[in-house]
Amino acid sequence: MKSELPITLPVEKVIDEAEGVKSLIFRHKLDAKPGQFLMVWIPRVDLKPFGVSYLEEGSFGITVCKVGPTSEKLCRAKKGDLLGIMGPYGKPFTLEGRRIILVAGGYGAAPLFPLAEEAKKKGITTTFIIGAKSESYLIYRERAKKAGINTIITTDDGSCGRKCFTTDALEDALKAGGIDKVYSCGPEIMLKKVAELCRRHQVKCEVSMHRYMKCGFGVCGSCSVDDQGFPLCKKVVLTGEEALRIKEFGQHSRDASGTKQPFAR
Amino acid sequence: MVDITAKLGRLKLDNPTVLASGILGVTKASLKYVASNGAGAVTMKSVTVEPRAGHHAPIILTYEGGMLNSVGYSNQGIKEAKKEFISLKDVGAPVIASITAGSKKDFAFLAEQVNEMGFAAVEAVISCPHTPGFGTMAGQGTPDSTREITAAVRDKTKLPLFVKLSPSVQGIGEVAKAAEDAGADAITAINTGGPGMIIDVKTGKPILGGTVGGLSGDALRPIAVRCVYDIYKSVRIPIIGTGGVMTGEHAAQMILAGASAVGIGTAVYYRGADVFRKVCDELQGVMKEAGYKNIYGMRGMAHEE
Ligand SMILES: Cc1cc2nc3c(=O)[nH]c(=O)nc-3n(C[C@H](O)[C@H](O)[C@H](O)COP(=O)(O)OP(=O)(O)OC[C@H]3O[C@@H](n4cnc5c(N)ncnc54)[C@H](O)[C@@H]3O)c2cc1C
Ligand SMILES: Cc1cc2nc3c(=O)[nH]c(=O)nc-3n(C[C@H](O)[C@H](O)[C@H](O)COP(=O)(O)O)c2cc1C
Ligand code: FES
Repeated sequence: MKSELPITLPVEKVIDEAEGVKSLIFRHKLDAKPGQFLMVWIPRVDLKPFGVSYLEEGSFGITVCKVGPTSEKLCRAKKGDLLGIMGPYGKPFTLEGRRIILVAGGYGAAPLFPLAEEAKKKGITTTFIIGAKSESYLIYRERAKKAGINTIITTDDGSCGRKCFTTDALEDALKAGGIDKVYSCGPEIMLKKVAELCRRHQVKCEVSMHRYMKCGFGVCGSCSVDDQGFPLCKKVVLTGEEALRIKEFGQHSRDASGTKQPFAR
Repeated sequence: MVDITAKLGRLKLDNPTVLASGILGVTKASLKYVASNGAGAVTMKSVTVEPRAGHHAPIILTYEGGMLNSVGYSNQGIKEAKKEFISLKDVGAPVIASITAGSKKDFAFLAEQVNEMGFAAVEAVISCPHTPGFGTMAGQGTPDSTREITAAVRDKTKLPLFVKLSPSVQGIGEVAKAAEDAGADAITAINTGGPGMIIDVKTGKPILGGTVGGLSGDALRPIAVRCVYDIYKSVRIPIIGTGGVMTGEHAAQMILAGASAVGIGTAVYYRGADVFRKVCDELQGVMKEAGYKNIYGMRGMAHEE
């Protein structure tokens, strides 16, 4: 009989990724694929969803962006601290095509990085567009360089790379042509733009879409999307067309009580 | 052909499976999703007067024997719920409003609020085992308290009124009788049991955010079947047998014990949201084999000498 209980593991290593962003690495053979996420438990505090951002033989990691009390505590975790993990949950990305583009905004780079590594291993030509507000918030620049992954950096203020949105860089690449598939994770307004651009250029795409998630396995309903009503946690990774069919996509999400929260534009 | 249409008083259902409150069902769209998976009726996640964020996570765990939850009644509160649950005909199955409160006065207020929203029935939940200020943690579920709350809700609504009971009481038949006497049209039995606790041995800490949680699923089923059996002996009103129903065979046990319909919650985890369709198919098979033509003829047969 399957069960959903956290496995408690000590933090093996903490990586400083950027301002307010840390990665926590654990030594554990995690049976996950790029795109899946974990529910991460701080004993007696809370349990929150995080994408699997490091996925290697015998170890894995998550990348946490400090936005509130739980992520703040995770960012303060030290080597040896015990945390629990549940999962992996959600569906993985479907890697296909010979030339692909990955588009990440903010912590959206987390679930995409293992995909970039897998693509590279398979000899798929990959461009990783990583965007942030400004240079100090950029993650994985060094990591991508070390892994030999081709990146395009964009920042809102031009402090690093191109001064533009990730979607501007994507549009240029789509116009140039020859792209088989696009994968994206980040702020929902950006995801919607990515899905629309791909539709316009008739290029396949997959987006990792997020909602308030309390269980991660399709029972509590907190991640149900309007109008279809299915629990998003069972998928998370959607095709662009699937995402565009969701009425609330880019419009609103919900908070812990289920109350609608419109996305800031 | 066996007939699996069901009746809860004047409420007619295409089949006897009812989505139990709190499993999915937090939005109208979510109810529609469950209805499209074959449920005969769907119950909304319980609504309270004020919005509630609920307990910190983990809110749901499963172990070898079943499920523990400490959701803690997270919901939008009645004001937002009145905007959320509109045009309920689109859902595709009768929708049961679920209301819960800490006091008789708040129960009455909520009953009044859900009256004109298009619900097929209203369920008053007096039985949560793990949320401070509610259910058994507020002393609800004694025959006296049950009578008072039922009467208060009855006074404010003409909708069919279901009262949802806890297994953690002495003499559940007596409690059901108190609800019937005060005007309930059906009994939903049962809410989660326990509460229970699971401890992580490496950290030495309870895992659930709410520390304790209500028990559901396989572990609860024999208790639920016994409760339905006891209630059937005490009241004349229909019973929605709820607790650990995973298969058509389990649904048949409930009906034989005295249920007119069966609630399904935890099975969504084990068998997917289309468990409603699966249970209906299996139930037809079980009934056919045992020679029952309809639910009415099967109901309560476990009581026959
Ligand atoms: C599938 C998925 C994967 C994610 N992957 C990552 C990741 O790799 N890295 C990362 O930094 N963040 C990720 N997040 C977001 C992360 O879960 C939230 O930032 C975190 O839960 C915030 O908790 P908090 O207590 O620090 O903040 P709060 O103050 O509670 O909330 C701050 C913000 O985080 C959101 N949030 C809070 N709780 C949840 C929750 N249970 N589910 C979803 N959103 C929530 C709130 O809506 C709010 O916008 C992911 C979310 C999902 C759904
Ligand atoms: C995650 C979860 C949340 C629940 N929330 C509620 C609720 O809000 N109101 C309620 O009356 N019962 C609630 N229940 C109890 C169920 O409706 C049901 O009575 C109980 O789980 C037994 O049935 P099951 O074994 O089929 O799940 C909840 C149960 C679970 C598992
Ligand atoms: S997070 Fe609970 S159903 Fe998706």
